[in-house]
Amino acid sequence: MSSATLTPTPPPAAVQPGPVGQGSAAAGGSAANGPAGGAAAADQVDLGALLAGSHVNEVLEELDRELVGLKPVKARIRDIAALLVVERARQQLGLAGASPSLHMSFTGKPGTGKTTVAMRMAQILHRLGYVRKGHMVAVTRDDLVGQYIGHTAPKTKEILKKAMGGVLFIDEAYYLYRPENERDYGQEAIEILLQVMENQRDDLVVILAGYSDRMDTFFRSNPGLSSRIAHHLDFPDYTPDELGQIAQRMLHEMQYRFSPSAELALREYIPLRMEQPHFANARSIRNALDRARLRQATRLFANADRPVSRDELMTIEGEDLRASRVFT
Amino acid sequence: MRITQGTFSFLPDLTDAEIRAQVDYALAQGWAISVEYTDDPHPRNFYWEMWGNPMFDLRDGAGALMEIQACRKAHSKLYIRVNAFDSTRGFETTRLSFIVNRPADEPGFSLKRQEGPGRNVIYTIESYATVAPEGRRYES
Repeated sequence: MSSATLTPTPPPAAVQPGPVGQGSAAAGGSAANGPAGGAAAADQVDLGALLAGSHVNEVLEELDRELVGLKPVKARIRDIAALLVVERARQQLGLAGASPSLHMSFTGKPGTGKTTVAMRMAQILHRLGYVRKGHMVAVTRDDLVGQYIGHTAPKTKEILKKAMGGVLFIDEAYYLYRPENERDYGQEAIEILLQVMENQRDDLVVILAGYSDRMDTFFRSNPGLSSRIAHHLDFPDYTPDELGQIAQRMLHEMQYRFSPSAELALREYIPLRMEQPHFANARSIRNALDRARLRQATRLFANADRPVSRDELMTIEGEDLRASRVFT
Repeated sequence: MRITQGTFSFLPDLTDAEIRAQVDYALAQGWAISVEYTDDPHPRNFYWEMWGNPMFDLRDGAGALMEIQACRKAHSKLYIRVNAFDSTRGFETTRLSFIVNRPADEPGFSLKRQEGPGRNVIYTIESYATVAPEGRRYES
């Protein structure tokens, strides 16, 4: 491993120098070391300074602030962040240890925020210097697995190349493995993934996501994959209260608001919707809001003979929600 | 004779870490990386074989290094170069190009003189390697 990766990452603004060599990058890194890197600190490291230097706390706070609920997930992410900071400190003191395996699996029902959290994870890993670029490439089976013999390997490699230096997020990963079809090319994609997950740990972090039960079968049938994943995060379902908060936030982002009657309607809507099939947590709420916006637009057009106010354009009324089919 | 084409060609061969640093620099400039190889090192040979498509959506040098390694594995005895293409309007050309692999033995070039009209001498160079047919050069 080159010395550049041992130093704490300077803030993301670091620019690669043009001329040959990477020596100057390492020099820039140790300069950012500041007080902790002084002569007095030969056998001690200031964890707080390391944490502050990485700006990872800001991402964690953002995570807390912007995502409703998900207590266990947030706790796990904090644990992982703490581990990574400690690992950095150990490396600074020259304590040996293989670079930690960071591949993760996110399991949970649809719409529980797996993709959103994965994006944050990429940021956290980037701030701590465990991935170099911090971007996320989200793919599904179709992006990795080919249609005919010889198609899969180039396709998977293409995606892996794109994801290098960042996080590869494989949504509905269990589709990669189809036990019912012996000649399925998914196995080939898994093998290439495994190889890269093992050999290029410094270049790439893989996050597999999917429904809990199907991921369990997937991991059972691919023990090699399971053993290479260090962190299994389970995303709980949202409570009706949390879904209500999520709806408010979404509306706020879209620059709408609920009238008091609409708020009441939403409170009734959520439990009803939760009992319906294909309930997808936050995603269902988003769809419900989109449909409410549609109905609001139609309603505004119905009395288009007079000018509409800013207030009317922003307000979702109870009737917009109550027209939904869950109330029938 | 060690051929000197492209950037850094008067320096010792770049290490993998150095190649990656250069690729990272190119990517930071928004240039697209491509890998090419050839067995004809004539300086006027612009058309090297493409190793896969140019990589327009790469974010990190490690991705390009994967391709370079794969190309080296397949063509360890040929010349391999890495190009960085700048698609900015006004440039639309290769901004950086350097050799990342070369044959162990480079036989160099012969100078040919041809008498033209009025006893003008027309000079041309020819790589000794290209005396052998394509695909059988640098076999030894």
